[in-house]
Amino acid sequence: MTGSGSELGIYLPIAEISVNIFVLFGMGAAVGFLSGMFGVGGGFLITPLLIFYNIPPAVAVATGANQVIASSFTGALTHFKRGSLDVKLGTLLVIGGIIGAAVGIYVFVLLRQLGQLDLIVSLLYVIFLSTIGGLMLVESIRAMRRTKAGQLATLKKPGQHNWVHRLPFKMRFRASKIYVSIIPILTLGAAIGFLSSIMGVGGGFIMVPAMIYLLKVPTNVVIGTSLYQIVFVTAFTTVMQATTNQSVDIVLAFLLMSGGVIGAQYGTRIGQKLRGEQLRALLATLVLAVGLRLAIELFVTPDDLYSIAIALATPGSS
Amino acid sequence: MRTLAVTVFVLIAVILAGNTPAMAQQVEGNKETVEIGLSTDTIAITSGFRGTDLTVFGALDNADPLIQRQGRYDIVVILQGPERSFVVRRKDRYFGIWINSESVNFQNIPASYSLASTRPLQDIAVPKTFAQLALGVNNIFYEPMPDGFNSSASLREFTKELPRLKLKQNLYSQRPGEVQFLSSTLFRATLSLPANVPVGKHIARAFLFRNGEFLRQSSTSLNIVKAGLEYRIYKAAHENSLLYGLFAVFLAVVTGWMGRLMFRKD
Repeated sequence: MTGSGSELGIYLPIAEISVNIFVLFGMGAAVGFLSGMFGVGGGFLITPLLIFYNIPPAVAVATGANQVIASSFTGALTHFKRGSLDVKLGTLLVIGGIIGAAVGIYVFVLLRQLGQLDLIVSLLYVIFLSTIGGLMLVESIRAMRRTKAGQLATLKKPGQHNWVHRLPFKMRFRASKIYVSIIPILTLGAAIGFLSSIMGVGGGFIMVPAMIYLLKVPTNVVIGTSLYQIVFVTAFTTVMQATTNQSVDIVLAFLLMSGGVIGAQYGTRIGQKLRGEQLRALLATLVLAVGLRLAIELFVTPDDLYSIAIALATPGSS
Repeated sequence: MRTLAVTVFVLIAVILAGNTPAMAQQVEGNKETVEIGLSTDTIAITSGFRGTDLTVFGALDNADPLIQRQGRYDIVVILQGPERSFVVRRKDRYFGIWINSESVNFQNIPASYSLASTRPLQDIAVPKTFAQLALGVNNIFYEPMPDGFNSSASLREFTKELPRLKLKQNLYSQRPGEVQFLSSTLFRATLSLPANVPVGKHIARAFLFRNGEFLRQSSTSLNIVKAGLEYRIYKAAHENSLLYGLFAVFLAVVTGWMGRLMFRKD
């Protein structure tokens, strides 16, 4: 099971395998670079990459959530100082998120006992990565065509009101200048929290568009509020994963985080210089490739149809 | 670290301890005794541990010189890890996707099992003898959990797969010829401690055979513990999981913060 026997190897105490320090540091740096460049969290790339590197999916998911905190915390802080963060809206999203994450952890434990966790994690990733990658690719190709045709890229202006605004229990959010029901807010928060605990992602890639198009939150507070929610929900998920599944590997998380933090800085600088549909198309292709690789693994006949694991369900056994 | 735990024990005490049903089998009126010893009762392995050989020394006393010259004394030494519950699963194809479908839970299964013997087991005694002693990878009692709803056919199928998977993981091993007589009384058994050896109480047993007949056994125990920073982290994650989780969050916040400070300097 152990890989190379060189001095670059480090033993991960929770994943219980030896890995190469530089591979993980580089993985963190590469994903950090991409996240800095495109302003995405990167959690949805880290977890599948860890799975490809033979980290057990349960550990990859829990550690992925831990790793997201590092990249979101400073961002949230910056937005808080600038005032581009709606604390009231964010707090409601956090409350929903914690409920969703708690349910997610329960489902996670259940799936692990049933021996279906690895499958469900892979399936969820295949669905999300191919959907997001596909949408991004289509969007960037369209933008490229528009640029070629000399047209100005204009976003379709969202309508002032939709069905969401007819729901009861409305509340006023001053920073966001919206008056909206708390039902969609809590639901959105819960959905993100659920994904955070099962997939080990922050969920910004769903949160941001949902806030803009569903809740009509102005774009200047969207990123900050989303990061605020991500920090608290991933922190909650990390603690929950640590207490129920003991699957957070701090050595692994630290390697990824330190790589990620450095990579993100360079990514941000490059991203400011190179804005372009070509780059977004590249990211979309990468996302699709990762999804495809996970999908192929589901269909390929495994080397051994049988597997053995410590039985988790039995009470009393260590 | 190549070879662990070495000591000679030359006691002429008669060992008749043990309460396994197999003990009823032993031939009365024989004065041969077998004894094994280890120089330590605890082995600490570090995280860089890649597996090693464990040498166990033992003594065969009051042996009949004639039988000894004919080489008809045989010794089997095993080292058995702590008992755990395991689940064996089988993947089946649904809509083209391989999914874990059927599974059987087993309980009281030795997490590791290493065997060394003077000769291949089939040359030492008839299969029935080993079956009665539950000796050898194929004779361990693989006890299914009573709450299972598995058919007898699937029980048979999974009971066959369990030792195969354990052998594949190197957690079970059988090494014929790895018990060697150094003199007429002294023998040495070389057992395998794989890289993934489970921590906990391990039991070493020596079984003495004469002309294919089981005579006696003796046993000693060995505690395997893991040492080093990585194991302390593992222990913290399992024993103080709340604190561990909070620390993981704290570490992430600090790492993010440090990154920001570094960025500012540039």
